[in-house]
Amino acid sequence: MAENVVMLFQWLVFLGIALVCIFASIMVISNKNPVHCALWMVLTFLATAGLYVMLHSQFIAIVQVIVYAGAIMMLILFVVMLLDLEVELRSRLKFLYSKAIGGFFAVLLMLGIFYAVITRVLKGNVGSFTPEKVSAMGNVKAVGKVLFTDYLFPFEVASILLVVGIVGAVIMSKRREARKE
Amino acid sequence: MELVYFLIEVVVKSIVVFACLMLTVAYLTWAERKILGHVQVRYGPNRVGPFGLLQPFADGIKAFFKEDLIPGRADKVCFVIAPMIVIVSAISLFAVIPFGNKLVLLGREIKLVIADVDIGILYIFGLASLGEYGVVLGGWSSGNKYGLTGALRAAAMMISYEVALGLSIIGVLMISQTLRLTDIVLGQGGGFWHWNVFLQPVAFVLYMVCGLAELSRTPFDMPEAESELACGFNIEYSSMKFALFFMGEYAHMVAVCAVSVTLFLGGWQPPIPALSFIPGVVWFLIKLVALIFFCIWERGTFPRLRYDQIMYFGWKFLFPLALINLVVTAIVLAIR
Repeated sequence: MAENVVMLFQWLVFLGIALVCIFASIMVISNKNPVHCALWMVLTFLATAGLYVMLHSQFIAIVQVIVYAGAIMMLILFVVMLLDLEVELRSRLKFLYSKAIGGFFAVLLMLGIFYAVITRVLKGNVGSFTPEKVSAMGNVKAVGKVLFTDYLFPFEVASILLVVGIVGAVIMSKRREARKE
Repeated sequence: MELVYFLIEVVVKSIVVFACLMLTVAYLTWAERKILGHVQVRYGPNRVGPFGLLQPFADGIKAFFKEDLIPGRADKVCFVIAPMIVIVSAISLFAVIPFGNKLVLLGREIKLVIADVDIGILYIFGLASLGEYGVVLGGWSSGNKYGLTGALRAAAMMISYEVALGLSIIGVLMISQTLRLTDIVLGQGGGFWHWNVFLQPVAFVLYMVCGLAELSRTPFDMPEAESELACGFNIEYSSMKFALFFMGEYAHMVAVCAVSVTLFLGGWQPPIPALSFIPGVVWFLIKLVALIFFCIWERGTFPRLRYDQIMYFGWKFLFPLALINLVVTAIVLAIR
């Protein structure tokens, strides 16, 4: 009885989060005002974090919130806010080509998802870290253990890529300053 | 039935924490005005009730009856949700803060923390960064150039100081080997010489300085510098929406001090083991009040920094200092 209630509750929460996620993503691409688009995207990221929590991976969920919803979207919001929003609205450009191409790819991807769900071809590998094991040893510890042993090389490569990105950004902004003089 | 008991427990704890927090916030406004008044050799509010003790309620009723203006050029939806984001994120921070040790009530063992999660400290950082949306949106959506300038300054400052804030606590996390706040507190038991403030003094000072910047209090109250920006991001707000911003700010202040108590001052642990007959909540509150008093006191002491000075201080002094502290802690832990 009690387990049924828990299952029902989880299912309801999942349904709510999934619907919010889908609705927010649709609003991101259909809204005219870029600032509102960015805010809907924040909601999408938050709902995705909720999905991670339901999968017992709290660490990924909170990193999703800190990095994507907190830092990256804040940057995007900044850029969008400082632009003149009304230029695009006034110009009334009709992006017919982009709509056609985007629609084509959207339908293609949706068919792909349907195919994968119906035939269940994408199963994924089952690892040794089950939800019970992860919650027993602690979420962060589990992620750290795997990250700093099996995936150390990709991890270090990613950090070098980030440093390259930062250096590139500094050089580009410096060059523009030099040209002005 | 276990499930029902669990739900009742969580709901009761949430309501108690929420009620205490709202009362604290109300009296914090009174305490701030009173203490600042005494710092500046005047009385502060003393007309409503004895010692002005009913002043917060008078202020609340006044804010409630003010006209609720929404500027014509404002983005209405964002304008309305901005103060809500600020206060919701500030209140939600208290979900993971442990107020005391376990309590046995009606045969059930009750932890004095609403949600004892694995990633407590990350949760606090995540929600604090979400709270900045309220400030940025509030400034942008009012359609006012002073508001936008204030919001940009606030966001730039918060992001800059969040870096040093995050680095400053990593030393504590390395010592306690966990991100769970209750475990961090348990690791500091057995007398005040085990508190992290003595193991990580630099980190504690860094945390408090960056915390003040995060709250945009004096000396970092650049975003709302009255003399140049009129009021900053909340310039167009009136009535209850302004009051919400105000309450959110104070709730955030309590949260920053509470996290500091948990991480550095041993949370609910008594200073000497012999004093453990006094409940942990009392010790937690004593330390919390001391830190909050510091936050108010320094406001009456320091002048406001200039914007470029704040940025310079954050990136060229606090950030390297946090890195050095981190490296030294790591080396000491590795050698030991």
